Amino acid sequence: MTRYDRALVLARRGQVITTIALVGLLGVFIRALMFTPIERAQGPAQKIFYVHAPSAWAALLAFVVTGILSVIYLWLKDRKIDAIAAASVEVGLAFSIAMLTTGPIWGKTVWGTWWSWDARLTSTMFLFLLFIGYRVLRGAIVDPEMRARYSAVIGIMALALVPFIHMTVYLFRTLHPDPVLLKPGAPGMPSVMLITLLLSIGVFTVMYVGFVVQRYAITILRDVREEAASAVS
Amino acid sequence: MGSFWTAALAIAAKDMKIEWRTKTAFASAMVFAVLVLAVFYFARDPTAVGAIEIAPGALWVTFTFAAMLGLNRAFMLESENRAMDALLLAPIAPSAIFVGKFLGNLAFVGVVELVSLPLFVLFYNLPIIEQLPALMGVIAMATVAFVAVGTLLSSMVVRTRFAELMLPILLLPFLIPPVVGAVQLTSRILSGRPLSDLAGWLKLLASFDIIFVVLCFFLFEATLDE
Repeated sequence: MTRYDRALVLARRGQVITTIALVGLLGVFIRALMFTPIERAQGPAQKIFYVHAPSAWAALLAFVVTGILSVIYLWLKDRKIDAIAAASVEVGLAFSIAMLTTGPIWGKTVWGTWWSWDARLTSTMFLFLLFIGYRVLRGAIVDPEMRARYSAVIGIMALALVPFIHMTVYLFRTLHPDPVLLKPGAPGMPSVMLITLLLSIGVFTVMYVGFVVQRYAITILRDVREEAASAVS
Repeated sequence: MGSFWTAALAIAAKDMKIEWRTKTAFASAMVFAVLVLAVFYFARDPTAVGAIEIAPGALWVTFTFAAMLGLNRAFMLESENRAMDALLLAPIAPSAIFVGKFLGNLAFVGVVELVSLPLFVLFYNLPIIEQLPALMGVIAMATVAFVAVGTLLSSMVVRTRFAELMLPILLLPFLIPPVVGAVQLTSRILSGRPLSDLAGWLKLLASFDIIFVVLCFFLFEATLDE
């Protein structure tokens, strides 16, 4: 089997995993809307939480995976690892967009404001911007080996930066407390809601894996084609 | 160890000498700093917001943006005539190049800050003689933080397309902790608050300095081409 065929098989597997996740997502929607009670204080708006929190989880998972793979890349210098890290960033950005759009919709109804400079909101937003920078940097480098090294450096730096941004906003906040700060997922959530949430987190994790596998397979397919094209010319 | 510092200091001295002979980057950074300070003075409603209230923010935006002009230049110098290749061929540790560039940038940014600080005091009419030592300490800590990260990132971006555009995009997220900390500390120092009020932010700045200087030092080698 050639490298191209193996990548095709991998892409198919990614499609299967993603399909399973999408069916699961449908199940989560049905459970969240029809079989999970409406939260007393927040009303129906709370339902968005079952999409928002798992998106945030998948985005953070994606960026942490990239950070760890960046460390491994600098150590092993294996281009496959770089390709997985880059795939993970792209999928993470997609989940971040889901998180950053569902968040304000919920916030407007429950907090009464679209945006609040809370520690979690701020650090996820800067993480999002930083990884857009990561993507832009990749686009600006032609040599694949150099692109992989530079990306790994940014991945590691980003991982180190997140706790600092969190602390910064926390210090800023403690001086200007925000009384409307309502934390979703506080203890005391009924088990019926908790199960829905955990199911949704599981489904989003599978979806993340499915997307990354597909994105990685596409990278290999493109590489093979480009090598073939440059061999012809 | 001796040769490490000799090499690093030689690189820093070389960069400073180049700057001293042309003064282009310094002159443009200074003009830029004065312009930003002036623009910020007018970017407010004078009947609602006093100059002293926007002073700390204006100072730090000025410092960081002026510093960015200098950081871009540090490795641009080496791309001319492929001077970087010669540096890499030299029998010195790659991390000595980082330390040299870091010290050179620190000197550049430090001088720009030293010259624009009196102008800032003058423009915003701040009585800060007693607070000056504390303010200088904060400026030194925050400057070390963003020059370290900036040196590492600029060594990467000069070898990419759109280098001038890439540096701010990558660097600005890393400036959030040191610059927010510096602004908070500056405003507390200017209003004469006690040291205990500053402890949290000082710890944040100090830990950022330590972690990122060490991290940039070790990651620098990965940004070089063999």
